[in-house]
Amino acid sequence: MQDIGLSAHKLSVHYGEKAAVKNVSLDFADRQVTALIGPSGCGKSTFLRSLNRMNDLIPGARVTGDIWIGGENINSPQTDVVLLRQKIGMVWQRPNPFHKSIYENIAFGPRYHGIRDKKKLDEIVEQSLRRAALWEETKDRLHNSALALSGGQQQRLCIARSIAVKPSIILMDEPASALDPVSTAKIEELIAELKQDYCIVIVTHNMYQAARISQKTAFFMLGEVEEYDDTDKIFTNPQKISTSDYITGRFG
Amino acid sequence: MAQSVGKQQPKPHLREEWVGRVYTFLCILFLLLTIFSMVYFVASKGLSTFIINKVNLAGFLTGLKWSPDSEPPLFGALPFLIGSFSTSILAAVIAAPLGFCAAVFMTQIMPKFGRKIMQPVIELLAGIPSVVYGFVGLSVIVPLFRDIFPGQGIGIAAGAVVLSIMILPTITTIATDALASLPAGLKEGSYALGATRWQTIYRIVLPTTMPALLTGIVLGIARAFGEALAVQMVIGNSPHIPRSLFESTSTLTSAITLSMGNTVMGSIQNNALWSLALLLMIMTFVFVFIVRMLERRSKL
Amino acid sequence: MNAKTADKIATALIVTIAAIIILILAGLLGYILIRGVGHISFDFLTSPPETIRAGGGIGPQLFNSLFLLVLTMIITIPLGLGAGIYMSEYAKPGRGTDFIRLVVEVLSSFPSIVVGLFGLLVIVNLFGFGFSLFSGALALTVFNLPLMVRITEQGLKSVPREQKEAGLALGLSKWKTIRSIMLPIAIPVILTGTILAAGRVFGEAAALLFTAGMSSPRLDFSDWNPLSPFSPLNPFRPAETLAVHIWKINSEGLAPDAPEIAAGASAVLIITVLLFNMIARWFGRYVHRKFTATK
Repeated sequence: MQDIGLSAHKLSVHYGEKAAVKNVSLDFADRQVTALIGPSGCGKSTFLRSLNRMNDLIPGARVTGDIWIGGENINSPQTDVVLLRQKIGMVWQRPNPFHKSIYENIAFGPRYHGIRDKKKLDEIVEQSLRRAALWEETKDRLHNSALALSGGQQQRLCIARSIAVKPSIILMDEPASALDPVSTAKIEELIAELKQDYCIVIVTHNMYQAARISQKTAFFMLGEVEEYDDTDKIFTNPQKISTSDYITGRFG
Repeated sequence: MAQSVGKQQPKPHLREEWVGRVYTFLCILFLLLTIFSMVYFVASKGLSTFIINKVNLAGFLTGLKWSPDSEPPLFGALPFLIGSFSTSILAAVIAAPLGFCAAVFMTQIMPKFGRKIMQPVIELLAGIPSVVYGFVGLSVIVPLFRDIFPGQGIGIAAGAVVLSIMILPTITTIATDALASLPAGLKEGSYALGATRWQTIYRIVLPTTMPALLTGIVLGIARAFGEALAVQMVIGNSPHIPRSLFESTSTLTSAITLSMGNTVMGSIQNNALWSLALLLMIMTFVFVFIVRMLERRSKL
Repeated sequence: MNAKTADKIATALIVTIAAIIILILAGLLGYILIRGVGHISFDFLTSPPETIRAGGGIGPQLFNSLFLLVLTMIITIPLGLGAGIYMSEYAKPGRGTDFIRLVVEVLSSFPSIVVGLFGLLVIVNLFGFGFSLFSGALALTVFNLPLMVRITEQGLKSVPREQKEAGLALGLSKWKTIRSIMLPIAIPVILTGTILAAGRVFGEAAALLFTAGMSSPRLDFSDWNPLSPFSPLNPFRPAETLAVHIWKINSEGLAPDAPEIAAGASAVLIITVLLFNMIARWFGRYVHRKFTATK
């Protein structure tokens, strides 16, 4: 049994009267990739966004239930969400680098969190870019605008940006869906590499991607978890008809 | 992972958050305080004419004669009310069809020319200071009217023409936005039934955009109603109800502009002017209210 | 009359009216510029006005207008930004916020003469700032704040949601995210709007008649001590601006060349407003190009 990095217990999300996520309980192991799959509108992204309290931003959204990180329920009004979010990195569907230089994109977080030393910052920038397999491509133009990078590079920069603040968990919301196949392959390689250090939760539409990169898979439907098991098992021997229907492409 | 992420001692970011919250809140508070004190001060000054100086309210609103220096002083604001309403409504009567035609032209007939040239020019028109309009009115329109019509050229007609040019941008911009945001299917459906462009415009486009067009017109009237200097320069400023459109008269704003500096704060003459300002303010509320009603209707 | 003929007539009518509007606009601008530009000279722009004799200039008025503009913007921008940020980022949707919105809308529709009267009552008399540049700047701030709030809100709304989320997900505080991530992206929109608002300030007169006053003391342009009463930089002296000056010489000008002075001053005013407009447009396009070209 692996360490649990993050655990949701009876988590529900309501938008007004409508329930988008219903009573979901899932454990996410540390140093492992967990994929959340399911048809559009099944609540998987909403669920993911609850894990770092991003749904706080949406007016009318109500998140109930517990989210445990290291023995503490972070879905409580007392939680300092700013500190919480430093522990949880996030990557979005579309690359969203800041309108700043490549260097600034990465140094921004650590500097805000108290690292002022230029040398230390340089080091963090280099390390993060190396981890994101972007160092070789960008080391000569660190002070150019990040918006000049290609879409795939931008997405890797966003990953580098989130690991620069040393989180322990990384949430990814369809990180490759807006990218071309070559960039997608690079991102997948990167995820496989990062899982050695992080608890990664990834939402994906692409079932092959889920099969390739994840160890565990949760299948969401209509806001509920239909099935949660080892990825191999889900894809070769699903227990529920709905899961197998989805995987074989009968709907979704 | 055992490290706590939640309840910790106050951190610098909490203070920072607090700074942002307090700063922005103070700004909005300042804004609100300003507005409320504005309403309060103008209202208390304006009402003191009736409360302290015991001027009869009905007489104030319906009286035909404004002569603050006579014995006893007479405060009949009806000439000003008539002046304000007639100039601003007449201005809207002139500007509304023009603005609608300009909007149709820019969205339905020549969209490229409209967007590239006409719209910027009309927006520019909105930025021209009102004293410049007044100056042009005084040196072009007033002499023109003097030559064509009986009288001195000054009066409601001159004021309305100057105001109509001033509010044309407001009306045109809102009409253009309304026409441009019509769903394409609506028009295409009509064309597909064999309707001509004009039939489509007056059977489909005009009825659907009516609330928005009216909003533009009301906003235009509101602006015209509150405009002071441009009107004051061309209206003639005599406190009578005119017998024609080309005879000198006054509006609420022009009366305030001219006399406020010549009266002593606290005197009945001065308070009466504040009552005029209060009327202006109440009309502003009425206009905002009408606009809100229209907006609600256009959303349905 | 059949439908086709009606359509043709209507189209012709609309095109004609549009042409007439363009002619009016062109005529208006042309008239002011042609009548006024001839009167503009270095001497006109720098010398003080004359009350009875011909040959007066608009030097102090021009300076007052510019100085007042700067003063007003110094007060308006921080207040407007703060209030705009509050409305767009901190205010929770609900009745309270709807009410604030209504109140701001009402303020933006108040006639400027009413704002001026309020300034007279509260700033000039109650607070005792007298007829002064500072009183004028405060009155114009009141007059301009709702616009500035709207501009700021629009600017922040133009920031993609993912940018804000990216900042917050990095563990930045909300205020830091607004300041360092969102505002820089919103700046082009805000700045363009602010320049246009500045044009409005420059041409405003009604709100200034009873706050900044209708006369200037004899200014001593060699005295730059902001505290001395004749220094142009003293913000607590009365100041007649260019727009007020145009109004005044039109209604009570005694100088024989009053119409020419009014025309020249109007032309200066128009050219300045045009300039503001063009700068705003050019700046908007420049930033737009800069952002899209690097993508």
